[in-house]
Amino acid sequence: MRGIGKSFPGVRALSGVSLTLNAGEVLALVGENGAGKSTLMKILAGALRADHGSIAIDGAEVQIASPHDAERLGIGMIYQEFNLVPQLNALQNILLGNEPVRGGMLDERAAAQRASAVLRDLGIELPLDRPASRLSVAQQQLIEIAKALSKHARIIVMDEPTAALTDREIDALFALIARLKAAGAGIIYISHRMEELPKIADRITVLRDGSVVETREATQFPPSDVIRAMVGRPLDAHFPALDPVRPDAPVVLDVRDLSRRPAIANIDFSVRAGEIVGLAGLIGAGRTEIVRAIAGADIPDTGTVTIDAKTVRIRAPHDGIAAGIAFITEDRKGQGLVLGMSVRENITLAHLAQFVNREHLISRSREEESARKMIGELHVRTPSPEQLVRNLSGGNQQKVVLAKWLLGQARVFLFDEPTRGIDVGAKSEIYTLMKTLLENGAAIVMVSSELPEVLGMSHRILVVRDGGIVREFTREGATPEAVIAAATGAAA
Amino acid sequence: MSAILKNLWLRNTVLVIVVAIFMTIVNMAAKGQFLNPRNLVTVLEQISYNCILGVGQTFVIITAGIDLSIGSLVALTGVVMAQVANHLPFDGAPLVLITLLAGLAVGAAAGWINALPVVKLNLPPFITTFAMLEVTLGLSYIFSGGQPVAVNNAIFSSIGTGSIFGLPVPVIWMVVVVAIASVLLTRTRFGRYVVALGGNEEAARLAGIATARVKTMVYVISGMCAAIVGFLYMARFSSGSPDTGTHDELLEAIAAVVVGGTSLMGGQGSILGTFFGALLIGLLYNAMNLIHVDSYLQKVVLGVVILLAVVLDELRKRYLAKA
Repeated sequence: MRGIGKSFPGVRALSGVSLTLNAGEVLALVGENGAGKSTLMKILAGALRADHGSIAIDGAEVQIASPHDAERLGIGMIYQEFNLVPQLNALQNILLGNEPVRGGMLDERAAAQRASAVLRDLGIELPLDRPASRLSVAQQQLIEIAKALSKHARIIVMDEPTAALTDREIDALFALIARLKAAGAGIIYISHRMEELPKIADRITVLRDGSVVETREATQFPPSDVIRAMVGRPLDAHFPALDPVRPDAPVVLDVRDLSRRPAIANIDFSVRAGEIVGLAGLIGAGRTEIVRAIAGADIPDTGTVTIDAKTVRIRAPHDGIAAGIAFITEDRKGQGLVLGMSVRENITLAHLAQFVNREHLISRSREEESARKMIGELHVRTPSPEQLVRNLSGGNQQKVVLAKWLLGQARVFLFDEPTRGIDVGAKSEIYTLMKTLLENGAAIVMVSSELPEVLGMSHRILVVRDGGIVREFTREGATPEAVIAAATGAAA
Repeated sequence: MSAILKNLWLRNTVLVIVVAIFMTIVNMAAKGQFLNPRNLVTVLEQISYNCILGVGQTFVIITAGIDLSIGSLVALTGVVMAQVANHLPFDGAPLVLITLLAGLAVGAAAGWINALPVVKLNLPPFITTFAMLEVTLGLSYIFSGGQPVAVNNAIFSSIGTGSIFGLPVPVIWMVVVVAIASVLLTRTRFGRYVVALGGNEEAARLAGIATARVKTMVYVISGMCAAIVGFLYMARFSSGSPDTGTHDELLEAIAAVVVGGTSLMGGQGSILGTFFGALLIGLLYNAMNLIHVDSYLQKVVLGVVILLAVVLDELRKRYLAKA
């Protein structure tokens, strides 16, 4: 790709971007959200057209005007959000749009042969007859990869492929990528996870503000340099220093015998004012289920939740909110935001009662005032409070979710994957915000799959495995190895 | 397209100009009968029933639902109100008021039942309200014996055909219903919740919104709007008939909502839009009648106009989304 430029009305998304991908290599593409990675990849995949520049494959210039063109040229995209039809089985998804046909009818036998041939080449196994909706995230990702390869893709773009995978699944994915490399495929690997770059990338290209800042061999490009190139400034303290919990700090949240079988059973823990308790564990261990049950998003079978020494009965999210709980979900688009509503409307949604006047009408001016205040405090980058949330970047969307919950006087904040898929700058802003909440006497429970985040932003760490809390660490006593061991059950 | 033209189009001005030109031409063809105040008042009266039904439907559609039962609910409430009116030992205002309340109660109850399987079992409203369509239609035949039930007291007739300040009573009702509904949708918590629910139900629930209650309310509102229309027809014809409201009313109400820019996917819509949608359809019919367009052809034209309106609106939104 040479000299690629793309502008949207009012925004210059890319200017003069050039990058080269060799056969048999993994090129990592990193950059903050809004740096232009997605736009660049959408141009390669034919989902967007560049204003300037050219693309050549095997030395020959090509025109990519549609996703179909890209497919024909051997470009396969594996988006972070999968494009599978949940009701169709693995086999049908792999061959979707490419079904072998004989005499106008689907040729089931040829389909099975073709799909298993692809899987054999990849060295992976999948239950082909199972609907995609009943497969794990890792298996769904394998379907996406198999789908791309069944169309003979030689250039494979993976967008945050490890975001939802467990460590074991990540290892399997990396082994698969190594095999693809060996077979001569070129892979563009987009990731926010610094620690995995040295393991997987041959070269690393950093994008910032729509331009390539730097490209180096991965061995010559340590994560600290990568981060510096991404943000354009040295980012020495990734996590803000947390103040220790005061010895006389009262217990704010107390959870006893919380169960929602089969996901979680007999959960006991408490969080004090000014304390962050991190919930570590593998995907599916039950961490999300714990916070959902506390918030009233799901109804627990048994258990008591006590807030500020008052036992509360939570049977629905509005009970939780009334009791002083703010629940920031992991899936901001699916559960946190109404994308078709404005920033203002999303911010005030959970606390509209604050904005109604005596006639029971919403005071638009007070609403706008509050929204502007939150936008300012959280540095939400939006042209106006009236912008639709759909048009904001991931990090700014997450800030809108936070703004929504900061409007209330919550005592307990449940953060589920608070920084998933957002850029480094927005991450540290969110950490700082968590620290401010602590200073105001709040208690925080944080679920995170990013080990450095759990280790760096928790006073105590509870490890969840198979629906129960199996181990507790203090911040000082926790090492990555020990936490992983407890989470996987590798060592008692 | 030049920038000025584009801008006009985006502000719906083009639509207004096109409609204005169209009306002028029709008016000339109809020798001035189209744009005279008396004719326009007639159009307003004709659309008021459809518009009130559309207002209720707008709430439902914004939640990504649909209410198919409104047409036959007009019939049922009309029949019930006619029976109630004939059996009440009152006269004057108390008679009218109690009759109306009885109709509203029936409409609200039907809406509540419509919503029950939707909120409790997450069944599609298409099915539950379709079942309600059949049930209410059957009940309206049962309660009427299959014949129009004549209303004995003349007070209803004087209401149904009366005017205030030169405006027919149904037009007054329409204005009041549109005004209240518009405020309800745009200025109250309930209205905001309706839109949020239609946009993302899970996010709305986790924001502490009692989604089941909000959803139930939109069907209740729709049922009550149907009851108002049932009342107006009953008063106008001095009888409650099981045939009233069961022809094109349902589809034309939905057409008014959609032409008015409310999305069938939910999460977006406006009451004023529905009013203008109903008005556009009403004007079109009236114009075609005045210039003697064949009644079969009228249906074709209406279908094309509905499609055109929705396509234009979608193109406009896409353009705005890019800008």
